[in-house]
Amino acid sequence: MPEKIRAINKTSTLQKAKNYLRQPLSLSLFLLVSLAALLTVAVLFFIIVYILIKGVPYLTPSLFELAYTTENVSLFPAIINTVYMTLGSLLIAAPLGIFTAVYLVEYAKRGNRAVALIRLTSETLSGIPSIVYGLFGLLLFVTALHWGFSMLAGMFTLAIMILPLIMRTTEEALKAVPDAYREASFGLGAGKLRTVFRVVLPSAVPGILAGIILAIGRIVGETAALIYTAGTVAKIPGTPMESGRTLAIHMYALSSEGLHTDQAYATAVVLLVTVLLINMLSAVIAKRLTKGQT
Amino acid sequence: MRLVVNPKPRRLLKKGMELLFLLCAMASILAVVLICLFLFANGIPAMKEIGLGSFLLGRDWSPSNVPPSFGIFPMILGSIYVTGGAVLVGVPVGILTAIFLARFCPKAPYQVLKPAVELLAGIPSVVYGFFGLVVIVPLVRKLLGGTGSSILTASILLGVMILPTVIGVSESALRAVPDSYYEGALALGATHERAVFFAVLPAAKSGILAGVVLGIGRAIGETMAVVMVAGNQARMPAGILKGIRTLTANIVIEMGYAADLHREALIATGVVLFAFILLINAAFSALKRRMH
Repeated sequence: MPEKIRAINKTSTLQKAKNYLRQPLSLSLFLLVSLAALLTVAVLFFIIVYILIKGVPYLTPSLFELAYTTENVSLFPAIINTVYMTLGSLLIAAPLGIFTAVYLVEYAKRGNRAVALIRLTSETLSGIPSIVYGLFGLLLFVTALHWGFSMLAGMFTLAIMILPLIMRTTEEALKAVPDAYREASFGLGAGKLRTVFRVVLPSAVPGILAGIILAIGRIVGETAALIYTAGTVAKIPGTPMESGRTLAIHMYALSSEGLHTDQAYATAVVLLVTVLLINMLSAVIAKRLTKGQT
Repeated sequence: MRLVVNPKPRRLLKKGMELLFLLCAMASILAVVLICLFLFANGIPAMKEIGLGSFLLGRDWSPSNVPPSFGIFPMILGSIYVTGGAVLVGVPVGILTAIFLARFCPKAPYQVLKPAVELLAGIPSVVYGFFGLVVIVPLVRKLLGGTGSSILTASILLGVMILPTVIGVSESALRAVPDSYYEGALALGATHERAVFFAVLPAAKSGILAGVVLGIGRAIGETMAVVMVAGNQARMPAGILKGIRTLTANIVIEMGYAADLHREALIATGVVLFAFILLINAAFSALKRRMH
């Protein structure tokens, strides 16, 4: 019978505990990092569970009625406005972001000055706080272009805000497409443009999608950039030139008025669950992408 | 019959599309230029009219007084205090969590912990603010007295909000340290913990610092959550349990009804905030470059 191979560097749990007793510094460091990680997760779960427990009982059907009134603070118009705002912002930002990434990855030559400048500006954009975007939107779209508080002003403001995010994720997705794909396409006689649209972009779709979904998450949760651009009118606007509040602004309005705390909890539930689902979806798609490559 | 495609329109399309890509790429440059232009063009005149010294260092903000007084020094201090508090709360926990994730965590819990940290980043700031309003504010009021809306409350909330930023950047910095550092320390007889804390951690210093700087940027720019829990009194900070107003809060609270010089003073507040952020961004890029 062959002798079982025993690893000589493996320590039993008991041995580990003994070692720790001999090394009080190591033990305390170990406890410290474990506690910190535990605390981080505990905070997340506490926030989510607390909001859910307090909010779910107030998710009544009347909260989803078509019209908002002062007695029944329906969040239905806000949901429609959020969808509207998301689609509008993506319609502006997604083509710009994706085409910028195509230019950076597929067309720009190495050491191009413009590329360095574009990278710098996109890094700057991603660091600008949302209130500054809000101020800028107010100055340019609302005031200088005379659009007033309108969905359109909100869409353009948010589009600029999510542009760097879409750019970066698309750029990474395009870079992850193996060069062999491009070479094969060129080898079959396709031109640059055809290669980009028929070969490179389709195989980068999951990565681009993950970025766009992440951008949706940011749009849905945004408040500061929208208060002074899209405004806070609680109804579904007839045209893009009218004001309308999104769910996040609705939430802020409810909690600062302080009259409908229970409904604010319920709105928080809807907002939180939406955003968490969106983030999870993005993570799942991104994961599938990395799996597909190995 | 063979189809003959005229090559000319095709080449035109090719050139046209290339131009389109280039134009799109210019959009982000245009956006930054427009943002700077509009903020500075609207903010600088107000600074001139009020006087740079009395605007930045004036201790009194009372726009409705006659004559009005526009000193944003209390708000600058407010932003700095609250951000400092957030760093004190969030950075130690964040770095320790990052160390756990990068060097201690077994594979199975990691699959839960990592997405959890990312979810923390996904929660909208209004929801954080609301949570702070209904949980942390009453808690501080009960335990420590005062109104509960205070520097301390805002610091705790912001500390939680910058956690994912600090953890994310620090973790990748820790992972980027070559294994030979860790192995060398082990070979010299260090325990796992000593090797991580005294060999790997110092090597990841500038990356972790970059994470902290990015977290500071998040904290100083955060608006809605702070507005909901900080009390928003426009006065000099009077204590950790007293309310405070930050630069961001000043803009959000008064922009709705401000007119004329008051409005321009608020935009100038935005300019000051923007300048802070640009400084922080520059520090972050410099640190990141040192990391590589």
